[in-house]
Amino acid sequence: MSHVVMKSGELARYTPNERVNHWITVILFVLLAASGLAFFHPAFWFLSALLGGGTWARILHPFLGVLMFVSFGAAALRYWGDNRIEAHDREWMKHVGDFINNRDTNLPEIGKYNAGQKYVFWTMVICLSLLILSGIVLWRPYFAGFFAIPAIRIAAVVHMLSAFFLIVAVVAHAYAAIWVKGSVRAMTRGTVSHGWAKHHHTLWYRKITGIAK
Amino acid sequence: MASMQSLDVELRSATTTASPSVRATATPVAKLIDISKCIGCKACQVACMQWNDLRDDIGSSVGVYDNPVDLTDQSWTVMRFAEIDRPGGNLEWLIRKDGCMHCEDPGCLKACPAPGAIVKYANGIVDFISENCIGCGYCIAGCPFNVPRISKKDNKAYKCTLCSDRVAVGLEPACVKTCPTGAIQFGAKEDMLARGAKRVGDLKERGFANAGVYDPQGVGGTHVMYVLQHADTPELYSGLPLNPTVSPMVRVWKGITKPVLSIGLGLVALGAFLHYITRGPKETDEKGA
Repeated sequence: MSHVVMKSGELARYTPNERVNHWITVILFVLLAASGLAFFHPAFWFLSALLGGGTWARILHPFLGVLMFVSFGAAALRYWGDNRIEAHDREWMKHVGDFINNRDTNLPEIGKYNAGQKYVFWTMVICLSLLILSGIVLWRPYFAGFFAIPAIRIAAVVHMLSAFFLIVAVVAHAYAAIWVKGSVRAMTRGTVSHGWAKHHHTLWYRKITGIAK
Repeated sequence: MASMQSLDVELRSATTTASPSVRATATPVAKLIDISKCIGCKACQVACMQWNDLRDDIGSSVGVYDNPVDLTDQSWTVMRFAEIDRPGGNLEWLIRKDGCMHCEDPGCLKACPAPGAIVKYANGIVDFISENCIGCGYCIAGCPFNVPRISKKDNKAYKCTLCSDRVAVGLEPACVKTCPTGAIQFGAKEDMLARGAKRVGDLKERGFANAGVYDPQGVGGTHVMYVLQHADTPELYSGLPLNPTVSPMVRVWKGITKPVLSIGLGLVALGAFLHYITRGPKETDEKGA
């Protein structure tokens, strides 16, 4: 992967393809979370209207789920290697309290993603895998009939819990992007500032700019 | 069935507020099926088809009397024939009229995500309000008796209504009306329990030491009850469960977790917002400080 230095003050972080992939996944997630929450608790039932009512939500949800699995899967394969937990990530996690309280001076230098981002990534990988597997078992009218009723019950519980943790991970992911200023443009315009990269992802900054210190 | 405006609603699926309930107290009703009186004529199946305008596909013989072989969206009740070798060389033909048991604590209703797609009337009848059904099949996962069936035609769930439309206007269910031996009776649950107890006494006198009324308490009792010759082993009757309950998995899925996880999600979002308000954004300057 080649990282080009853009016009002065900008560093390329995500390609147009990566951004399109990301926002397709976001749209699918929103529709899936809306319909899934509608099935989960009556307080969220009104969200089924977003997909055209309860029956349309039931029909569309699994197809959207397959699309999201494919869309997220493509991104996950691309970012798989960048999300391996390394020694400096474990060190970073010891200082996560400082990070949360905006005291960034003592943080160890890290690569393209911090440990928090990496744990969010693996949470999403695990949750989406569980969601697609349990979702197939629950999918009517096409697949549920092939499974025993006790298996369907287990799938329902797995689907509910993994969806909960996925939504929590997505909230954390989206909030962090808003909280850490200069992050959103990485996914809207594809670039970040030198200062942002140097401060938050020092090792990655050095790697792509070739600047030693 | 459509919603019965003349019947009060005690429970309504996916609904957290009170349902219509101002009418004078309804008497809990029950259907009592006396298996020791059943001759397996299937008149009840025919009456059910006739009253509810159901016509199942013509099936094929599988070498036993069961026909159709299972409940379907078009067959809301089926007779299940079990040939049992009893000690002493006796053969018993145990014929059970299968269908919805109308649980006091209905697992289907607990599992249903569609508001008002399943109701339990104040008289105990559990009814599917099909126009509200979205076809998700959660009722199938919720039911401890494997009763609801999804139609291939319209993807809606169907089952015995206990003829809620007939009961609402003071008639007995169609199967009760037609039963030639009086094996199926209908009335106040209290009266049906009394009749059942009397019949159990008769059966015990005739040598069925374990005769009893099947009114399983694991689901709060049912509004369809059986008189069984062998109440200690209901499994003999084509797999009638000894102690049916709403599965613990369904309770985890549709119990306290619903409000707890919903509030949890709200708190996560609120926490993120408050973090921004109290800690502020994380900003960097051009030099990366």
